[in-house]
Amino acid sequence: MTYLIGLLSVVFLALAIMIVNKSMALSKGIKGVEQDPDSSVDSANNMNAIGFLVFLVLGSIGATWSFLHSRPDLLPVAASDHGLITDRMFWISMGVITFAFFVTNALLFTFPFLYRYRKGRVAAFYPVNHKLELIWTVIPAVVMAVLVFSGWRTWRDITSQAPDNAVVIELTGHQFGWYVRYSGNDDQKLGNHNYKLINETNSLGMDFTDEHCFDDFTANEMHLPKGVPVLLKINAQDVLHSVYLPYQRVKMDAVPGMPTKFWFVPNKTTDEMRYITGNPEFNFKLNCTEVCGRGHFGMAITVFVDEPEEYAAWCKEQKPFLTQNPDYLAKVPEKLKSKARKYIEVAAPAASDSTQASGATPAAATSLR
Amino acid sequence: MATETLHAIDTHAHSHDEHEHHELGFVQKYIFSEDHKTIAKQYLISGIIWAFFGGAMSIIFRLQLGFPNMDLTWLKPVLGQWIVEGKLEKEFYLALVTMHGTIMVFFVLTAGLSGTFSNFLIPLQIGARDMASGFINMLSYWFFFVASVIMFASLFIETGPASGGWVIYPPLSALPQAMPGSGLGMTLWLSSMALFIVSQLMGGINYICTIINLRTRGMSFTKLPLTIWAFFFTAILGLLSFPVLLSAALLLIFDRSFGTSFYLSEIYIGGEALPNVGGSAILYQHLFWFLGHPEVYIVLLPALGITSEIIATNSRKPIFGYRAMIGSLMGITLLAFIVWAHHMFVTGMNPFLGSVFMFLTLIIAVPSAVKAFNYITTLWRGNIIFTPAMLFSIGLVSLFISGGLTGIILGNSALDINLHDTYFVVAHFHLVMGAASFFGLMAGVYHWFPKMFGRIMNKTAGYVHFWFTFVGVYCVFFPMHYIGLAGFPRRYYSFTALGNGRMEAFVDMNMFISIAAIITFTAQAIFTVNFIYSIFKGKRAPQNPWSSNTLEWTTPVVPGHGNWEGEIPAVYRWPYDYSKPGSTTDFIPQNVPYSATLESNFPEENEEIAKEKEIEGLLDIQNSSYNH
Repeated sequence: MTYLIGLLSVVFLALAIMIVNKSMALSKGIKGVEQDPDSSVDSANNMNAIGFLVFLVLGSIGATWSFLHSRPDLLPVAASDHGLITDRMFWISMGVITFAFFVTNALLFTFPFLYRYRKGRVAAFYPVNHKLELIWTVIPAVVMAVLVFSGWRTWRDITSQAPDNAVVIELTGHQFGWYVRYSGNDDQKLGNHNYKLINETNSLGMDFTDEHCFDDFTANEMHLPKGVPVLLKINAQDVLHSVYLPYQRVKMDAVPGMPTKFWFVPNKTTDEMRYITGNPEFNFKLNCTEVCGRGHFGMAITVFVDEPEEYAAWCKEQKPFLTQNPDYLAKVPEKLKSKARKYIEVAAPAASDSTQASGATPAAATSLR
Repeated sequence: MATETLHAIDTHAHSHDEHEHHELGFVQKYIFSEDHKTIAKQYLISGIIWAFFGGAMSIIFRLQLGFPNMDLTWLKPVLGQWIVEGKLEKEFYLALVTMHGTIMVFFVLTAGLSGTFSNFLIPLQIGARDMASGFINMLSYWFFFVASVIMFASLFIETGPASGGWVIYPPLSALPQAMPGSGLGMTLWLSSMALFIVSQLMGGINYICTIINLRTRGMSFTKLPLTIWAFFFTAILGLLSFPVLLSAALLLIFDRSFGTSFYLSEIYIGGEALPNVGGSAILYQHLFWFLGHPEVYIVLLPALGITSEIIATNSRKPIFGYRAMIGSLMGITLLAFIVWAHHMFVTGMNPFLGSVFMFLTLIIAVPSAVKAFNYITTLWRGNIIFTPAMLFSIGLVSLFISGGLTGIILGNSALDINLHDTYFVVAHFHLVMGAASFFGLMAGVYHWFPKMFGRIMNKTAGYVHFWFTFVGVYCVFFPMHYIGLAGFPRRYYSFTALGNGRMEAFVDMNMFISIAAIITFTAQAIFTVNFIYSIFKGKRAPQNPWSSNTLEWTTPVVPGHGNWEGEIPAVYRWPYDYSKPGSTTDFIPQNVPYSATLESNFPEENEEIAKEKEIEGLLDIQNSSYNH
């Protein structure tokens, strides 16, 4: 903070000095230094010219210093395979534009100084030079072409079809939180969902006429395996949301009525990140980046990236939705009931009584809706 | 004989004109005026008032972002129930962000900039007595006025103004149960914008008609000042893209009020599943950005046109590459229509479409680069006079470059994944479109103030205003890039949920930005005082205070109704004959024939002398066009 206040005061101090100087020069002008009455040029002209030069110098120092100062916090460690590639591309592009930034601004601010009004000077009548124009049309075009082409290849790779072995995880945004659903330990397939089936218990609207739903489990936090492609299937229930995994460089909107997806390979576990950042409390986050209302800024969940074995172990510990809510057996069509019952009997023998009860009396189950 | 009749009618019409001029009452002269100059001033003053409100809103949310623990109870007299226990209401924070964007983009930088200078300069610079239709021009302003009143009223309703971001993406904006701002506030927003679009269309049609039909004799398209070229392309952009926003808004109105499902599908909200199916939220985004992206250029092109004129005049040099400047304006105009989806790379749009739009987007960097280089070359070996207008124009070029360059990063869809909807985007567009266009507006006001009010604004105050604003704008928006690169999403009330000490790392910088924003905003008072003071008490302006070439400086110091007292001058040359070798003066106005400047003519220009008779012969036809 002190540094920043220091910088700010330096900048404004410089401004103040310039203004004082200018007004002194002005008052001198009034006292009798001859001024061309026809000319619209006043004695502040030189001060303004110098001002641009001062701005160039102080501005360059400020830009460089502030960049170096905040560099450690810019683009936090990339924790996905494609993130490393886009980060590298970012810094290359940044190099190109930084070069252009300094060159053009330097010219823009030194020319006013060099060619400030002087009595008797005649400006050059220089209306056109086709060769120059061709040069500065072609050079940006070529540079752009190179940047676009590499960008396009990366984009194509990132948005390509997810590999078949990808772990499928469903994220559903709602005001104001995220539901995470896993495809379960048995069939690796997410079951259907239908927004009309949503209620307080079945907050995802899982459709139990689809057998793939039986082993699906939900969680309040997201676990991802390291080094394995992960395919996020993204939904929204009410308004637009956007999945943002800042460290994994993942962002994709969640749109009601239109499923979206994004696949990537996480390449650093939470533990590794804790080691790299030196912060034992480090945790990956999933934030929302599409304005969705009052709680938008707080719509975050914690993300854990585990070693594949740990991930598998964690998955095994999770209980399918059906196991936790055996009443939903009632929604399962007759011919699939035997399959569904497996999840209830195997995982929760204690609950089997109530399951059979609810299975036997569908009326009781419907009243739960 | 026909010519004689025309002549007779003309003199008759003229005396009639003058007669009418004296009879105009206060209401017709200053309120429901059909005079383009008065309408321009109305737009300018409305724009300045809106800029105050839009700016003040940004200061309030900057207080929240820079000083999240500050006790804001002192704002209670102004904000009332929106301050809860000394804190800004979370929903009102979003409302502020939304209204700041809406006001600045549409009411200040579209109406205030384009409305002011297109209206003021088109007839004066092309040599016309007024707009093609003074009545439609007047309607255009009053539609804008009604839109303003509705938008302003929405600030005071109990549920608050629209709060879904200035892009008002549905379903958030379509469902009142999603947030209070999507209730009456959004209805008013949509009604206001519908009227605003009508206003823009009437204005745009007028600008285009006037430029095509009412140019004075000799004013061919290749002799038009770059300001006019810029206003021409701006009007075309607006005319073709605003109707799309109107349809987007209408469909949204239907979805909100009449139960249609254009944008809504499979929504479960507030404990109930809505019946709407089959709509597409992405459809709205396509429609919105089909205007939204051209809108960026609608805002920027007039500023670039104004700058071209001011930089050439005050460098005492012809603008470098006049034809390339027109070409790049044209290129930008065409490309502006086919890059909109770069705002939507990560909205779930087909990635192939993303690739296409990435290519198109980065092409637009080329004409933009050409413009920047041409400005810089115009300064080279000039004899530069730093009027406040010139300072703001140079500032504009710097902001245009600095903000434009980051567009190269954002236009790259692979890099946009991480940066989309972060402060990097906010920094980018505030520099390249917000601040740059604002500087264009300021440059224009300082430069044409003498023609508007017959007086000159105080220069010293202008210099101080410029330096505070220029340094301030960079202090606000340059560090914002860092915050974006650190992954801070926009439209966040607070950054507590980012975790891992990321918020803490930028507490100082957010504070710095807020302080800089407050100083910059406060410095605008220098301008406001100068503006109001100079209208009444400023130094009287000579007829051509900046020794400029364009036609508006051939009118009387304060032009009356009809602009020129006698005949409208003819035009013989392009507007940039500054410091022409051989000439005794360092400028030769457009209405000076080549036959009068034999000492400075280039060989090919001597050939033009033969055509002068022909140009003068067009006088009758020109006069007849005013006699319907």
